[in-house]
Amino acid sequence: MNPALNSGLNSAVNAGMAPVATPWFFYVLAGLAVVSGLLVITRRNAVHSALALIVTLLAVTGLYLMLYAPFVAAVQIFVYAGGIMLLFLFVIMLVNIERSSKDRQFNRMWPVGLAAACALLALFVSAFVKGKALFPDRMISLPESSNTQQIAGMLYGEAGRMGEYTFAFEIASLLLLVAILGAVIMTKKKI
Amino acid sequence: MPNFIMSYLGIKDAITPGAAGSQFWALVYVFIIFAGVSVAVMAMNWLERKALAHFQIRLGPMRVGPHGLLQPIADAIKLMLKEDIIPAEADQFVFWVAPLIGLLAAFTVYTVIPFGPSQAVSDMNIGILFMLGVSSLGVLGIVVAGWASNSHYPLIGALRSSAQMVSYEVAMGLAVVSAILMTSLNAAGTGTLSMIGIVQAQQQQGVWFIFKFFPLGLIAFGIFAIAMIAETNRAPFDMAEAESELTAGYHTEYSGLRWSLFMLAEYAAMIAVSSIAVALWLGGWMRPFPNLLHGPAWDFIFSLFPSFTFLGLAAIAVVGTVRMPAHSFFKIQRIGLAAFAAVLGFIALLLLVIAVAGRSADAGVAASSAARFREGIDYVYWFVFKVAIFMYLFIWYRATWPRYRFDQLMKIGWKVMLPISLVVLIATAIVGVLVS
Repeated sequence: MNPALNSGLNSAVNAGMAPVATPWFFYVLAGLAVVSGLLVITRRNAVHSALALIVTLLAVTGLYLMLYAPFVAAVQIFVYAGGIMLLFLFVIMLVNIERSSKDRQFNRMWPVGLAAACALLALFVSAFVKGKALFPDRMISLPESSNTQQIAGMLYGEAGRMGEYTFAFEIASLLLLVAILGAVIMTKKKI
Repeated sequence: MPNFIMSYLGIKDAITPGAAGSQFWALVYVFIIFAGVSVAVMAMNWLERKALAHFQIRLGPMRVGPHGLLQPIADAIKLMLKEDIIPAEADQFVFWVAPLIGLLAAFTVYTVIPFGPSQAVSDMNIGILFMLGVSSLGVLGIVVAGWASNSHYPLIGALRSSAQMVSYEVAMGLAVVSAILMTSLNAAGTGTLSMIGIVQAQQQQGVWFIFKFFPLGLIAFGIFAIAMIAETNRAPFDMAEAESELTAGYHTEYSGLRWSLFMLAEYAAMIAVSSIAVALWLGGWMRPFPNLLHGPAWDFIFSLFPSFTFLGLAAIAVVGTVRMPAHSFFKIQRIGLAAFAAVLGFIALLLLVIAVAGRSADAGVAASSAARFREGIDYVYWFVFKVAIFMYLFIWYRATWPRYRFDQLMKIGWKVMLPISLVVLIATAIVGVLVS
């Protein structure tokens, strides 16, 4: 086992603090995410759907915190709940809600959606049944105080060591840059 | 038991209740901060009306209480008694929930604001990201309120507000990143996102980040100071509630208590962004010149400031009492103001006693509870003092500058502030590598 992860596990055990991540919290957050997720697809009013989606994203943020991933949780709030959902609302508000809520669904995509959902459910069930063999029996928790720094170390490398994911990370950012430039070129008639 | 309390109030080996895992003390801190912010918002409301009036050579509120001191309380009672109208065509539930979103976002941020090295509800490893993220949720309340009103002016206000927030958040975030970059220039070589850690980094490096790599820190701070006005929808960037164009913008249809929740959220958000600026660039809880004027004597002199501040306020109240017209109409007002002066004077005396009792010159009992208590008061005082300067600047801006046009606002955000903040970020990185 990786020594760094091992020490992280030990320090979490030795800290002696009552863990905040109790099953009770998990059930509340997971239930919230599922219920608001259902509301997203069942509400006829698009703004109500968007608000339910924000609740889902915030519930998932709570789940990230329970997994000792504070950086991912903060970025989830910052990027999705704060940024992307705001743009969603910006666009939806310009739609005529009165008319669009009376429209019938005109594409026939629901069998595909159902198949995808069933496949995902099968995956979850199989993971639940065979989980003991597939996953370690306890969660490895990195110390909260250096979690963010360790992400930086993986992405950019630490002293005397290349980052494991530097190349993939930079490629992904390049892809995003291309998408931004593409959006600008498509909307501008004259550059 | 007193020792237990002192260990939270003081600095020596004391930690925040969040880090100690003490839910009871975390709750106590939350209540103290909530009450403090609410009182600060009321005081700010009075000060803003008074200061704006004096800027325009008017008197401002004068009728309710001496010099209108009780005006915020009268306003609060009026707003609570007013009918709470929900328009018939409005989306009832969303209309009802919108002010609460803004309020919740504005107050959640206070969990990580560092009033001192241990005077915070909690110290998160992701403190500054959490603050920026949660405060950016506040705009959802505005946008949703404008939409749910089902009316033209609120909708336009909401659209403007969302566009404005998205634009200025980018420049704001880049300015914050250049400050976070500066925290990594220490011996260990790792930076931090924790609010307390950022202030402690300034303490270790012996410089406020506004003066670091002059003028890079100053420019980043300037960009943040401009963006934070746009983020809180204040003049000259108050496009979302421009009353000359949009009546009252996104809260046109709101009345009574629900409207006052919007105001509370706006002022709470103003205090929150000011605290970010103070913690990131102005040394947080540190007193001025900690490394130039150090030693027990200077410590003692600076620890007298809280008491002198209250003494000054008491003196102003005494002057007001003396200059009150000698007519029987003013008898109750005179008594009230005199009592107010007495309360302020008593607080000043109490702070003076604590400052003298907790002198760090008696190094033998340096860890005594009085010394710890004195230090805790100093930290909170200097933090609040710096934030108060920002709050006054908000009023000053509003009185001084005319409102921008919306296209000008967008132009400044995207074509001026964003490129400058990018250049500052890259320059900070280059200088940081060259220096270390």
